[in-house]
Amino acid sequence: MGILGMNRRNISYISAYNPRYLMPLVDDKLKTKQLALEHDVPVPEMIGVVDSQPAIKNVELLLRGQKSFCIKPAKGSGGKGILVIIRVEEGRYYRSNGQPIELPDIQRHLSNILAGLFSLGGAMDVAIVEGLIVVDPFLAEYSYEGVPDIRLIVFRGVPVMSMMRLSCAVSQGKANLHQGAVGVGIDVGSGRAVNAVQRDHRVSHHPDTGCDLMRLAVPRWQELLELGCACSDMTGLGYLGVDLVLDANQGPVLLELNARPGLSIQIANHAGLLPRLREIEKLKNPARMSVRQRIDFARRHFSAEPLAPVAPSEIIPVST
Amino acid sequence: MRLSKSRAPFYTFVALLLIAGFGLAAYRHIAFDVPWLPGEKRQIWSIEAKIEYLAKGEPVKLSLAIPDTQMGFERLGEHTASPGYGLAFTDAAADGSSGRRAEWSARSVWGKQTLYYRVDMLVDPNQRVDLSSPSIAPPKMLQGDGPQVTAALQLLENALARSADNFTLTRELIREFRTEAQSAQLLGQAQTRIDWLVDLLHHAGVPARKVLLLNLEDGRRRQSLAPVLQVFEGDGYQLFDPATGKQGRKPNQILWEYHSAALLDLIGGNQSTVHFSVIEQEVPVNQVIERESVRRSSLLDFSIHSLPLEEQALFKGILLIPVGVLVVVMLRILVGLRTSGTFMPVLIAMAFIQTSLLTGVVGFLLIVGVGLMIRSYLSQLNLLLIARISAVIISVIVLIAVFAVLAYQLGLSEGLKITFFPMIILSWTIERMSILWEEEGPKQVLVQGGGSLVVAMLAYVVMTNDIVRHLTFNFLSLQLIFMALVLMLGSYKGYRLSEIRRFKELLPKDGN
Repeated sequence: MGILGMNRRNISYISAYNPRYLMPLVDDKLKTKQLALEHDVPVPEMIGVVDSQPAIKNVELLLRGQKSFCIKPAKGSGGKGILVIIRVEEGRYYRSNGQPIELPDIQRHLSNILAGLFSLGGAMDVAIVEGLIVVDPFLAEYSYEGVPDIRLIVFRGVPVMSMMRLSCAVSQGKANLHQGAVGVGIDVGSGRAVNAVQRDHRVSHHPDTGCDLMRLAVPRWQELLELGCACSDMTGLGYLGVDLVLDANQGPVLLELNARPGLSIQIANHAGLLPRLREIEKLKNPARMSVRQRIDFARRHFSAEPLAPVAPSEIIPVST
Repeated sequence: MRLSKSRAPFYTFVALLLIAGFGLAAYRHIAFDVPWLPGEKRQIWSIEAKIEYLAKGEPVKLSLAIPDTQMGFERLGEHTASPGYGLAFTDAAADGSSGRRAEWSARSVWGKQTLYYRVDMLVDPNQRVDLSSPSIAPPKMLQGDGPQVTAALQLLENALARSADNFTLTRELIREFRTEAQSAQLLGQAQTRIDWLVDLLHHAGVPARKVLLLNLEDGRRRQSLAPVLQVFEGDGYQLFDPATGKQGRKPNQILWEYHSAALLDLIGGNQSTVHFSVIEQEVPVNQVIERESVRRSSLLDFSIHSLPLEEQALFKGILLIPVGVLVVVMLRILVGLRTSGTFMPVLIAMAFIQTSLLTGVVGFLLIVGVGLMIRSYLSQLNLLLIARISAVIISVIVLIAVFAVLAYQLGLSEGLKITFFPMIILSWTIERMSILWEEEGPKQVLVQGGGSLVVAMLAYVVMTNDIVRHLTFNFLSLQLIFMALVLMLGSYKGYRLSEIRRFKELLPKDGN
């Protein structure tokens, strides 16, 4: 079925289409954010940057008045080191799973981020404090805690494959598939679900919310695709993973970019990336095509029929 | 904007590496008769004595005791490296009163001097050389003052009463020295115990002398000689360890000096030291005879055998590292095993080689396990990363010290080898695993920690394989082949074994 493996991804796509010098644009979320602002790409509201130990001491000033926020390492990878605070009451900060923590805990987390605990290779880092996304109510009911995000693979400016990542109890509010989040393959053409998996096994319903995943249709799909193409154009990276969210107020918003997107999206879609990537490699100069032309190309070539419903015997109960 | 260019130069380069690698290996095989496989072999110990001293600008005469064919060993060849010096070997005197010596001389040298003497000894259990007993020194006054002589003679008297012959006398005399601690201490003020033993044995009319023994262990550097007591009875002799009273000689011990002479005589210099490096070589039977011809040095004889032994011993280990690296590369690219720290397993495997596998694995688990506990406490202290890792490093070193002492106290001398572990690497491993634990749970720690251990053990198995050791040490050009293999693996685009499992629902089944 043309599954893309790790070795081929690294050699034929990442090192072939993603020049090293462009990598910092996506490896450093602060740079991504600045780039996005320059190109009018919507991003979550920026509360502040903590870039030194003295700034950690005064972080209370920065957080004063914030009801909810999220702290990220600028150079973190794989969702590491992201701290989400959903409400603040009487000096206690409540994490997305309801666990209350104190200010010193936040300061310790910031100090860890600055020391490079979560960054690639342990390099010095800075922490970004962002406003929390208010998930579009339609999508919110599919997710348990956490923010459901949409991962798009954009190759040479053309959207190739997409999935929705829904956090659940096992994944502790994180939307990373290897941590147990549910991955729903989304048809690039229509924005409708084609398949869903959790821990590499097919599922039909969300284990916590019980929603029928196959009825999921992402609203404002065209806008999301356009945003994905815009992200690809602004970075110049040929093989890009774009993580988007649908904010209740802002609409489609860029969460982060990834120059080394994972391969699980193939399992979520029950389809291989290779035939689609090769189709695009046949194009002479996709950069000259307009965004709309590229999306039409993706619609024509990469639309998929939803898979047959999961037979009950195929459903593997997920231990929680 | 595809970045990669034509692959032709790459494949040419790899092909060139392979051709050069195999070609040079074949050349060594054909021209120097180095066998591909470690066949039937004879064991040769190459021993190198490195003499260092400070010359004062005066004429220098330097004489070093050197070994000859002896019980269990046959001397094959010897070499010296001492540019600017005149050199002569003096043979053993017929009456056995003096042994073989190498004598260097120079008119005027200045500053720090280094001389090498190297000898190849063939292990030959059938080799017998009778040693003549030393002439007993004419009854002379025992060293030391009155009370010391009295105490010494008392010890001798006790030992004489409990012994039957020369050997039992020696054994009892050493036991006297061990049990009568006070007398032994008093005597120790005048001369060393072994000198007292020789004097007392002579006093009792027993032929005995001090000899210098070298323990032969592969890859050892900066070794020194151990003084041992040699006692004669009729035609035979026995060796006694003056400290423990242990009798006999192990097969891997060679007598270096055994003619009651000094190891080194130096005129015209001072601060002299002698250190020994030992390396074990397995040489095919037919090659033992023509060993001298192999010594021809040529540019194409690209082997590390032309280096001094000290460096050879070092390289014997270093040349195995690429093998370990290759194992890691294969397991990661072809199998997809996850390890914590890319090449950490190779370093752990190197440590296993020093410690033996079981001790190594137990030690590794012990250090990492306890280290993780300490680290979980440190994580509550809210420390900066660098300080925390430094704290882990210090804890690991303390742990290693504590385990070493504990093991020694419990009589497990194996436990001492725990010190061979790379401490900084272990600290980083603990740090990473601890973070992994906090973020992804203990399961990932087991997966990655177990993965690292499995890779380390596999690397160990490959690196200790006789054939691998033989090939890497004898065919330096193998490194070019490793290089080519790593380059080829670096452009492997196929699936990893783990991916076939991961994507098994998506990959075509057999038959369609």
